[in-house]
Amino acid sequence: MRISLRAGAVAVAAVLAAAGCSGGEDPTTTGSGSLAGQSVEVAGTWSGTEQANFQAVLDAFATKTGATVKYTSGGDDLAALINSRLAGGSPPDVALIPQPGVVNEFVRKGAIKELTGAAAEAVAANYSPAWQQLGQVDGKLYGVYFKVANKSVVWYRTDKFTEAGVQAPTTWEEFVKVTKTLADSGVSPMAVPGGDGWTLTDWFENIYLRVGGSENYDKLSRHELPWTDPTVVETLRLLAEYWGDAKSIQGGNKGAVQLKFTQSIADVFGEKPQSAMLFEGDFVAAEINKLGKVKVGEGARFFDWPSVNGSKPAVVTAGDQAVAFKDTEAAKQLIAFLASPDAAKIMAAKGGFMSANKNLDTKVYPDPTMVQLAESVVRADLLRFDLSDLTPQTFGGGTGASMWRLLQDFLANPADPAATAAKLEEAAKKDFGGK
Amino acid sequence: MRRASEPAGVTVAATAARDPRTPVDGLNLTAAGVAGRPGAPGAGDTRRARPAWLERLTSVWFVGPAVLVLLTLVAYPIVYTVWLSLHASDGSTFVGLDNYVRMFTAPETRQAIVNNVVWVAVAPTLVTAIGLVLAVLIERVRLSTVFKAVVFMPMAISFLAAGVTFRMVYDESPDRGVLNAAVVAVHDAFSPPSAYYGARPREGTAPTEVAGAVEIAANTGAPVLLPLVGLPQDRIPAEATAAQTPTATGLSGVVWLDFTPGGGGTTGAVDAAERGLPSVLVQAVRDGTVVAETRTGADGSFSFGELASGAYTVRLAEENFTPPFNGVTWLGPSLVTPSIILAYIWIWAGFAMVLITAGLSAIPRDALEAARVDGATEWQVFRRVTVPLVRPVLVVVIVTLTINVLKIFDLVLVLAPESSQDDANVIALQMYRVSFGGGLDFGLGSALGVLLFLLVLPAMLFNVRRMRKEQR
Repeated sequence: MRISLRAGAVAVAAVLAAAGCSGGEDPTTTGSGSLAGQSVEVAGTWSGTEQANFQAVLDAFATKTGATVKYTSGGDDLAALINSRLAGGSPPDVALIPQPGVVNEFVRKGAIKELTGAAAEAVAANYSPAWQQLGQVDGKLYGVYFKVANKSVVWYRTDKFTEAGVQAPTTWEEFVKVTKTLADSGVSPMAVPGGDGWTLTDWFENIYLRVGGSENYDKLSRHELPWTDPTVVETLRLLAEYWGDAKSIQGGNKGAVQLKFTQSIADVFGEKPQSAMLFEGDFVAAEINKLGKVKVGEGARFFDWPSVNGSKPAVVTAGDQAVAFKDTEAAKQLIAFLASPDAAKIMAAKGGFMSANKNLDTKVYPDPTMVQLAESVVRADLLRFDLSDLTPQTFGGGTGASMWRLLQDFLANPADPAATAAKLEEAAKKDFGGK
Repeated sequence: MRRASEPAGVTVAATAARDPRTPVDGLNLTAAGVAGRPGAPGAGDTRRARPAWLERLTSVWFVGPAVLVLLTLVAYPIVYTVWLSLHASDGSTFVGLDNYVRMFTAPETRQAIVNNVVWVAVAPTLVTAIGLVLAVLIERVRLSTVFKAVVFMPMAISFLAAGVTFRMVYDESPDRGVLNAAVVAVHDAFSPPSAYYGARPREGTAPTEVAGAVEIAANTGAPVLLPLVGLPQDRIPAEATAAQTPTATGLSGVVWLDFTPGGGGTTGAVDAAERGLPSVLVQAVRDGTVVAETRTGADGSFSFGELASGAYTVRLAEENFTPPFNGVTWLGPSLVTPSIILAYIWIWAGFAMVLITAGLSAIPRDALEAARVDGATEWQVFRRVTVPLVRPVLVVVIVTLTINVLKIFDLVLVLAPESSQDDANVIALQMYRVSFGGGLDFGLGSALGVLLFLLVLPAMLFNVRRMRKEQR
């Protein structure tokens, strides 16, 4: 599940933006070059600061090629906007879409064009195979991930780690050991915000990707693999091993299911720290900065999600995918440009943005933490999109969704992995509809 | 992501409801009709009588628009909901009474129905009773208007805001939730937590945890080592000094925090940077009975002077480790519904009070005085005179609240945390959840809607009948 905080902020920003520039023309840029006289339209979810930052990228493209570029913000209703524009016969040339499910749907309808020529070459040159694969549907390249998120990091307080004399763990066994040592030192090791079910799905996904591997992960997301599969049960067993020790989690099991995500950030990095670690994506950094009690990179650092049984570096990710709705030269060139390090460089330097471009010099990021976060995304061998975002809404995508609910129950009482797996399978049968 | 496409049926109904043309046109026509015949209704006798058909046509003119509005806004949605409730989730195939069967068999829906029953049984009666007591008492105090205004104030707050407020009141952490802060303060006044709560024997060492206490088998002559962990450095008493293993003979030993700050140190051994735990109650147990007791010194060492040599169990008594009382999980699975009902009472007691006060002021004063002159006590006056006389008002309040409680939705949605929403579920919330909150099952949602309608119906009919009676 994408973070609701951010969605809310975007919604507010969208309203503000709409109020601010009602009646105003979308900014356009004209220049002279190979595409002089042609125009290209880009649609995305960004507004406010993100839109302004992205505009700088588009301006650079306009200056370079001479094309006229126009940005349209669809906010959280981007899919609906594109749908209506498609129905009217004039889709935007390029769109940046955050949900792979939506992209798949458009590909199946034939609305999204396969990337060929310059665009395909740029993707091949600048992205690791894992990222190239994420942009493919049925083996054909359709999209390029311009902006990405890293959901496989655990944040921790350096002072608590120093007090306990522990180092950031790299394997699951070390992770469990560090947790035990932290508990021995007298601090609550981990805040698990079970009050928000989506955070628990991210726990599951990170372990599952390492236990089940990429193939099973993909199958599970389409329910081609039953949730009673041994890999799922093993994942739940590991979760139970961690959650089952009431000393390991803040407030014990009953307290954890009451804890909201926003509260948990304050409980770890706020005024009165209660726990030493918090697991969630790179966006936690911005929230820590907002609290202003510890500095990201100094008092608050992160480590990559530990490997299980020697699994290779793996990242659960989310991100915005650039796709072309028209087969025009301008659209292709723009996608090629977005796939280039030049474009990523402009936006990365402005902060709040992470690129998966392997040829981007990470020095451009404004702070060392961003560099580290981005590097773990770029070098990951195993990269998968947030699984719950790939499943039907009733299963993985909202309050009361089966996976959220069952994992919350499991956090409250992590006694029987097999029984929870059976319940997940039962719910999946219903929610995936007949598959 | 909640980007549900609107179901076709609902869209149609909603469009019909939003479409202003039908009723407005009707009203305009009526207005024109009235304007075109100046003084027609009132001045009938100065003109000649109109034919009956025209009379009827006029009445159709007048009634028509209202009927049309009722049909589109009330009758059509009801019929359409019933129709939907007999169909599959997307309204495509007819499934008979399947949705109704599911409604009563699925555990989530059944829980919602059970909770609604609890709500109806408890909330209206309690609110009315509290409103009655408040009304009777407030009448007797000076500044009663001020009190009334204060009690009525919550009615001015939306359910949403009240829910958010109570979410904070009920917060589990005593640092944030005011209710738990109070509960903990009272509890700690009577039984404060021990100094060493949370401390436990270090894993991989000899002592074990037995029913809250820490025990180890020991012999006289050799020092008994009791390494503990899990205590934050800032909770070590200030007088504690570096741990020392006693050299005294007899039964002696040391209780210390076996955790070197910053790591290092050997498990189960007294290291240089590790401090002893003073004032721990240590007991020597033989054959199940405590034969001696002592407390540790500043360096954590203890010694039982003259004890017969042999084998003992050394126990760190449970009272050393009494955990702090963390308050009540108000919004946990078991208490969530009562907690929400309490918030509901807070909001609605003022409403009941105001209505009952109005009823009280209509009571003939002489009836009360007559009773008092006859020697009735205040309780008897209240019980035998006041209550029977305001009964009609009480009934109105209870019925109104019952209808209101049956539809309860927003307070539950806001107050119940995601993890216990299933336990707090009510019919209206479940209806929303299955149809719009991700489920997109409009069949089951409509069936729940029909159930809600049927439950509200008797209360409505009762109200209508009573109103008719009053008019007669």
